[in-house]
Amino acid sequence: MNIEARFRIDRGSFTLDVDLCLPGQGITALFGHSGSGKTTCLRAMAGLERASNGYFAIGRQVWQDESRAYFVPPHQRALGYVFQEASLFAHLSVRGNMAFGQKRSPAGDRRFSLPVIAELLGIAPLLDRSPAELSGGERQRVALARAVLTSPQILLMDEPLAALDLKRKLEILPYLERLQREFALPIIYVSHSPDEVARLADHLVLLDQGKLVASGPLKDVLSRIDLPAAFADDAGVVIEARIAAQDDDGLSRLEFAGGEIYVSRRDEPIGALVRCRIHARNVSLALVPQLHSSILNSVDATVVALAPTDTPGHVLVRLDVAGAALLARITGRSADKMQIRPGLALKAQIKAVALLA
Amino acid sequence: MDSADLAAVWLTLRLATVVTVVLLIVGTRIAWWLAHTRSPLKGVVGALVALPLVLPPTVLGFYLLVAMGPNGPLGHFTQAIGLGLLPFTFPGLVVASVFYSLPFVVQPIQNAFEAIGERPLEVAATLRASPRDAFWSVAVPLARPGFISGAILGFAHTVGEFGIVLMIGGNIPGSTRLISVQIYDHVEALEYGQAHALAGGMVLFSFVVLLALYTFNPGPRKAVGT
Repeated sequence: MNIEARFRIDRGSFTLDVDLCLPGQGITALFGHSGSGKTTCLRAMAGLERASNGYFAIGRQVWQDESRAYFVPPHQRALGYVFQEASLFAHLSVRGNMAFGQKRSPAGDRRFSLPVIAELLGIAPLLDRSPAELSGGERQRVALARAVLTSPQILLMDEPLAALDLKRKLEILPYLERLQREFALPIIYVSHSPDEVARLADHLVLLDQGKLVASGPLKDVLSRIDLPAAFADDAGVVIEARIAAQDDDGLSRLEFAGGEIYVSRRDEPIGALVRCRIHARNVSLALVPQLHSSILNSVDATVVALAPTDTPGHVLVRLDVAGAALLARITGRSADKMQIRPGLALKAQIKAVALLA
Repeated sequence: MDSADLAAVWLTLRLATVVTVVLLIVGTRIAWWLAHTRSPLKGVVGALVALPLVLPPTVLGFYLLVAMGPNGPLGHFTQAIGLGLLPFTFPGLVVASVFYSLPFVVQPIQNAFEAIGERPLEVAATLRASPRDAFWSVAVPLARPGFISGAILGFAHTVGEFGIVLMIGGNIPGSTRLISVQIYDHVEALEYGQAHALAGGMVLFSFVVLLALYTFNPGPRKAVGT
């Protein structure tokens, strides 16, 4: 099952013009800076905006096809939508908010029960409260529960965590992941936070000024070195690693396709999978093993390609680490001095690893 | 209070109730349109609705009298559908009062709808509520303070009208003679005691209504965000 979305919306100063084919499972992130059109694109998918020559279909279910003037209004689409602000109905209790969409969805389509979802999202004790009595994180969880209870075929989320501080974000992310794991619900997730995207997404769509820049599996898109400057500063890859050992000196040993890396002690049990993000700016290169360096993490790598960056004097190097991709941002001068070229084998030194789970 | 006074009180309450009900139906539609339209006519309609706030009631009454008269457009219409002519009848008073009290009902409801904004309606749409469903299940409950204000102000304002009543309704006992007209008659006849009873009652009624409005009615509610 694929999701096909073609929208062209012209608003004078801003034009959204995209043609997307997205996987019908997992979390797809629409990523871009403000004004990139990611929210407009999501609203068009929901039917909240009507693109004059739009097309939107999930598998065989067509919701919009303007070539034959076909448009299903939002309330007849089996979708869940979570807005940036929770937008709970103030005149209803938490339970009333959650039941609002559930009782309006066709009885035969209802897949989830209110108590189960309330339990899953940790809002069972809040059911009789009024929305005004909830914290920001709780409200957003209720909004998420309310959307899921409509038994949607797809969940659309518009920066649901943007209005929350880091602590609240970390409070919601596990619920979101649990939801995705347990119900295999495709999610389209709009975000401008690289960390959120790196942690959550399986598929990544980059938008810039209303245009599609890149679309593909997260790891493929992140390891590209030909992306426009707007994304180059945050260049970095995501790797999935397994916790292999908990060492006595406060470090955890992670194993991934390309080797081993050490990070600050993690709470997860041995064997658990964690996602880490390695920024290109935190990777340096050496031709011979550096025995007298404080950098602990060093892996064998082969140069795949080089590309200039927008940072003056710097180049982006794409590396192959036993099948996994790694990016390094180094100065052009060093690249010349070391004669870095495709095929060269060297050591990639990883100065910092950001763990996302 | 004699029976004529009581008849005037009863008639006034009946008129105000009918007018309030009509206005809640008509006024809500106008308020909804004004709150959501992007039409260039919005300003024109808004100004027309607000006209009774600034015009002397006699001006409004005069034109309504002409319009409802045998040669006016409303008069032609009511005669054509067999209702006869409206001036100096209870239905005529209702029509005139609806125009006169329109802004007092439309504006609080419009303000409440505007304060709610589009977002809760979009949320309702993504939760499978049709536009009509969303209106009743989301917009109306959230705008409840506006409806209460509008109903109370419309009712109280209708109870207190005089000029337009005299122009359209005249002074027919049991049919168009309202409290305000009755007080005028008492004063003309130098029956100050009876005038006091009715006038004092009006002051008390109006004060209690406004007190209730300002004390118990909160501002319009918004959907709770983060």
